[in-house]
Amino acid sequence: MAGTRGYVNRRLHSLLGVVPIGIFLIQHLTVNFFATRGPEAFNSAAHFMESLPYRYVLEIFIIFLPLLFHSIYGVYIAFTAKSNLKTFGYFRNWMFMLQRFTGIITLIFIAWHVWETRIAIGFGWAELNYQLMEGILTDPFFFWFYIVGVISTTFHFSNGLWSFFVSWGITVSPRSQQIMTYVSIAVFVAISYVGVRTLIQFAYGS
Amino acid sequence: MSEDKTITFIVTRQDDPESQPFEETFEIPYRKNMNVISALMEIRRNPVNAEGKATTPVYWDMGCLEEVCGACSMVINGSPRQSCTALVDQLEQPIRLAPMTTFPVNRDLAVDRSRMFDSLKKVKAWVPIDGTHDLGPGPKMPESKRQWAYELSKCMTCGVCLEACPNVNSKSDFIGPAPLSQVRLFNSHPTGSMNKSERLQTIMDEEGLMGCGNAQNCVESCPKGIPLTTSIAALNRDTAIESFKSFFGSDQRV
Repeated sequence: MAGTRGYVNRRLHSLLGVVPIGIFLIQHLTVNFFATRGPEAFNSAAHFMESLPYRYVLEIFIIFLPLLFHSIYGVYIAFTAKSNLKTFGYFRNWMFMLQRFTGIITLIFIAWHVWETRIAIGFGWAELNYQLMEGILTDPFFFWFYIVGVISTTFHFSNGLWSFFVSWGITVSPRSQQIMTYVSIAVFVAISYVGVRTLIQFAYGS
Repeated sequence: MSEDKTITFIVTRQDDPESQPFEETFEIPYRKNMNVISALMEIRRNPVNAEGKATTPVYWDMGCLEEVCGACSMVINGSPRQSCTALVDQLEQPIRLAPMTTFPVNRDLAVDRSRMFDSLKKVKAWVPIDGTHDLGPGPKMPESKRQWAYELSKCMTCGVCLEACPNVNSKSDFIGPAPLSQVRLFNSHPTGSMNKSERLQTIMDEEGLMGCGNAQNCVESCPKGIPLTTSIAALNRDTAIESFKSFFGSDQRV
């Protein structure tokens, strides 16, 4: 037996965060970035994704099931930690607590986001196009809700990428972990730009 | 005059494992080059608190008095460390002493670190050599490996890394960084590595290696400067390989 159930769960949690969820996140932000080229470009990119073959299989196995496992097990991990930032205010300890905090924020954000887009579209309450997102994001409350949600998600992914490299024993030496910190900061800045730029596009137009 | 100078200690005390903790303040005469232990000895010599009332002497654990046994760990001005190397001249006053919170308190500043010794037994933190006949000398260890393994062997089971870890708490069974690093130490030993898979399998659990959340407070706090997070990352690699070997099968597995 390769470790206990707890071992397999934790390994799976770490893997799913990057493959497929992290890859999906980057793909999702990239497709949405078409909005910066105007409503037509966004609509055609979104409709291409919408018309992929065996779409439900892709959605269930690449997005929903991994996301469900990662979030449920993640909530358990988040609530077994006990913050001691007051005594140990080190950089990595801050990242440790922020990872748990942004995990919860991201879960709330994604739950709402999926409800308002994918589920609403699925029930036929809404149609997938530029106007749907424009309608949501021109409301100042939801604009800031999305800004916080997107930045929380990109942080959780970037810092999670750092932990992924440690958890799988790729970055063992302190030096490689340090360089991975810089890489994860660069990833955070880059994908946050892509996400926030898209939100601004929907809210304030071209 | 130095005789007039006093030092103030605020000690978190507890009469027995079940009773409620309380704080007691002591004023003791200053001497040059005092450490926290010599101050505690002064309180023991004359157990009178700052209000002038006679009290029981403060109880604490100690052994080597040179930071190699790990027995005298306590929380001094908020940080867990050994009281033998905590020099009074370098501490901000009043000096606050409290028992570590991760372990059950026996009395006053003395805690019960049994859980750490139980963990060492669980992970087989030794080299099994006893047999019915002389097995002869073991294989040699490369000098470069001996050098980093020696650093890991400095662990004195003091408990500071468990105290610093946000994942070692009442809500989790995580054994903490110290016993994990010992798995790497004994797996690096040429004879110890004959039980490598067994040790790795033992820590492949949420109580073991998977309990780590990479907050890395342990490596910042370790009084012996042990590269605990390097050990944990190295074990992450070893257990990943071990799980492939055990699941898919391998003749290289020991």
